[in-house]
Amino acid sequence: MHLLDYRLNIVPINVFIDPQYPVEKAIITHAHADHAKPGHKKVLGTKETLEIMKLRYGKTCAGEFQYINYGQKIQIDDVSITLYPAGHIIGSSQVLLEYKNHKIVVTGDYKTKKDTTATSFELVKCNTLVTEATFGLPIFKHPDPNKEVRKILDSIKINNDKDHLIGVYALGKAQRLIKLFRENGFDETIFIHGALNKICNYYEDKGINLGKLKMLTKDSFDIEPKIILAPPSALKDRWSRRFKKKIISQASGWMNIKQRVKQSLIEIPLVISDHADWNELTKTISNCGAENIWVTHGREEGLVHWCTRKGLNAKPLSIKGRDEEI
Amino acid sequence: MRRYSLEKFARLLENIIYSPSRNRKIELLVEYYKQTNDPDRGFAVALITNSLKLSSIRSTNLKQIIKSKVDPILFDLSYDYVGDMAETISLLWPFKKKKKLCTLSYFINFFHENSKLQVEKFLISQLDKASTTERWAIIKLFTGGLRIGVSEKNAKVSLSKFGNVNLDQIEKIWHGFSPPYVKLFSWLEKGGPIPKIDILKTFHPMMLADQIDLKNDFRKLSPDDFEAEWKWDGIRVQLIISDTETVIFSRNGDNITNSFPELRFKTNRNVVLDGELLVGGDLNPTSFNDLQQRLNRKKVSKGILQKFPAFIKLYDILFQDFKDLRSMKFSSRREILENWYNSNKQDNLDLSSIIFFENWKDLTKVRNKFLQSSNIYEGIMLKKKNSIYYNGRPKGMWYKWKRDPKSVDAVLMYAQRGHGKRSSYYSDYTFGVLDGKNLVPIGKAYSGYTNEELDKLDKFVRKNTIQKFGPVREVEKTLVFEIAFDSISKSKRHKSGLALRFPRISKIRWDKSPEEIEDLKRIKDFYKLS
Ligand SMILES: [Zn+2]
Ligand SMILES: [Zn+2]
Repeated sequence: MHLLDYRLNIVPINVFIDPQYPVEKAIITHAHADHAKPGHKKVLGTKETLEIMKLRYGKTCAGEFQYINYGQKIQIDDVSITLYPAGHIIGSSQVLLEYKNHKIVVTGDYKTKKDTTATSFELVKCNTLVTEATFGLPIFKHPDPNKEVRKILDSIKINNDKDHLIGVYALGKAQRLIKLFRENGFDETIFIHGALNKICNYYEDKGINLGKLKMLTKDSFDIEPKIILAPPSALKDRWSRRFKKKIISQASGWMNIKQRVKQSLIEIPLVISDHADWNELTKTISNCGAENIWVTHGREEGLVHWCTRKGLNAKPLSIKGRDEEI
Repeated sequence: MRRYSLEKFARLLENIIYSPSRNRKIELLVEYYKQTNDPDRGFAVALITNSLKLSSIRSTNLKQIIKSKVDPILFDLSYDYVGDMAETISLLWPFKKKKKLCTLSYFINFFHENSKLQVEKFLISQLDKASTTERWAIIKLFTGGLRIGVSEKNAKVSLSKFGNVNLDQIEKIWHGFSPPYVKLFSWLEKGGPIPKIDILKTFHPMMLADQIDLKNDFRKLSPDDFEAEWKWDGIRVQLIISDTETVIFSRNGDNITNSFPELRFKTNRNVVLDGELLVGGDLNPTSFNDLQQRLNRKKVSKGILQKFPAFIKLYDILFQDFKDLRSMKFSSRREILENWYNSNKQDNLDLSSIIFFENWKDLTKVRNKFLQSSNIYEGIMLKKKNSIYYNGRPKGMWYKWKRDPKSVDAVLMYAQRGHGKRSSYYSDYTFGVLDGKNLVPIGKAYSGYTNEELDKLDKFVRKNTIQKFGPVREVEKTLVFEIAFDSISKSKRHKSGLALRFPRISKIRWDKSPEEIEDLKRIKDFYKLS
């Protein structure tokens, strides 16, 4: 019998990892919407992951919540489950499954680069690795994020009459970017779209200091030029028309593709991602010691090819709804 | 200031493509001219306006080089994802240490002065020293067309802003200079009298006509204000005749004199003329198909010359004895043209006649009668009697009233990614008709659809792909297009033996089934091409 099937069901105990539809028992790697769905009977995950789920979907979004610490082993029948930090966002985890001397790691979304808003990625040795592949092509090599945020800090000096609107995902990316601004010496108020407010407060409560933040309200639109963080959808929306003189920016791993930047009408692209780039992906695969690699969540073909060239057993695993960068 | 020239050019290109507004792009160019010396800034203008080609290395050469440096399958997957060769290569090129690059002019001169092998070596050494963006810019330079959203027109606007001069002044002298435009920049920077150009060697921008809007325009226009002429189905040319030579330019300013050795004229006064180049004996034009036998030929054989003799029908006059006539009204220019023509009658030169008419109804009758009787007319031109000779296409001065388009139902066979704004879309379509039981492609269309239709077509292509060849996808042969075209001719280059002129999608027939498409034999019979 397989330990894990292509839907990421842990077959012997019928527990799903990040299931797309309501199930009896689910392990949730992190709180992004393409992984954490409401409606399961019982969910297991880190405290942060499950708390954010409650914050977003309500306290009754699952029947039962079981918090697990990183490194804490849980035994269900013959299968033991341990969560390790994935470095993707706050509370994000990889899942280690052990069953009859076989170890499987499901990375979930991860990155190995430094991020002071998330616990750092930990490499876990295993026999089979289920890896994400959001940036699974060698064209994706994320630069130093400090250099990227300095593009904005340089621009606000020259374009000091303009608002700088930056598109970011509300959970994870927004807080990391704010932190990066702080770490690069910007301590003025940063303005945030209402959709970012709850999560920013949550991070603050967890002791991650984001500095002076202010939620944009109707009467704060006209005050002096500022840095504003908003969900990418808001930048294309009528909402952004209120800002008369503005420069549009976006923080995402896709921003290294000029054609894509141009099509999205982004003037200052920030190549900052919470996903592993090509080098991180291949390095993790090499170092984890696994001989079987399942590739999912993005551009599987390139990474499968690379693994096969290295003499590993690799196959793609397509999961619907997960090929964008969340 | 010259030290980081190629780097600066790369940054300019990147900033330009990231600037959504036309004005911002123009500002960036002006800023660049201020901060850059000759000849680099002139070369930059030439590259941006596509007036300078670095062709010794092709993108296929570079593709081979990169495929020897990285896994070819990963390269193909990456290229399919990015959709742009220069960008893919720049992202995959193995990273070395960033070092100072050469100047833009050094780079260009090296390309022109060295063998292909040396150029290739030099190029690799520069790419090794470059950042990703610089690599992208360098590769863009010679993989044809920068496509950064700056038209030649906008480049000229930026020059006029830089020099604080009238755009029209620049347009009028533009073709009198060649890259790197040092004299032009010197005038723009330091002022002084407009630099002189050699009128008898320079292409002068041509005046173009608007498409007439049958519903609205005729109601507003008074027939008394207009002259009507035939729009001949040849190619529009500018003809310069001096006592020493004859020069013929196509409407884009390409010198095509050598393709037409029989068109050498004499004159008693130097003139710059506007006309239509046609093929046929005794000044009787034959079809555009015959003219095509004469186009794009390097050498013209005697047989071809005899079979397809060329001549020119004159429409207009721009200069006479160095006097600029362009600010005179059309009717006065016509008078001068007729006088010149009558005192310089010679072989292979004709005057395009004026059509007399009382009112629009009259003219419509004439048009229908003649257009039906012969395919040598492309339509009718209406020219306002008091119109001066503008550069480009002014509103409400000249109208073309073209023949109604022909059309054929064909099925979508292949789709290819577009360029620039459309590079994420499958926007270029190859369509075919039945040849017995098989399908045979008869043309490509890039236009005729709305943005929403493009969205749908793109989805259709992605959902119905059978095979991929690089940026091209072969699709399930189910979607029918109504293809409009201006004319059809025999062609040896195409498998179908036919070539369509200006094919475009006139309707997407989501409703039609591929059994209803046209048959090759029927098309050939209908247009008498078998
Ligand atoms: Zn995800
Ligand atoms: Zn995620």
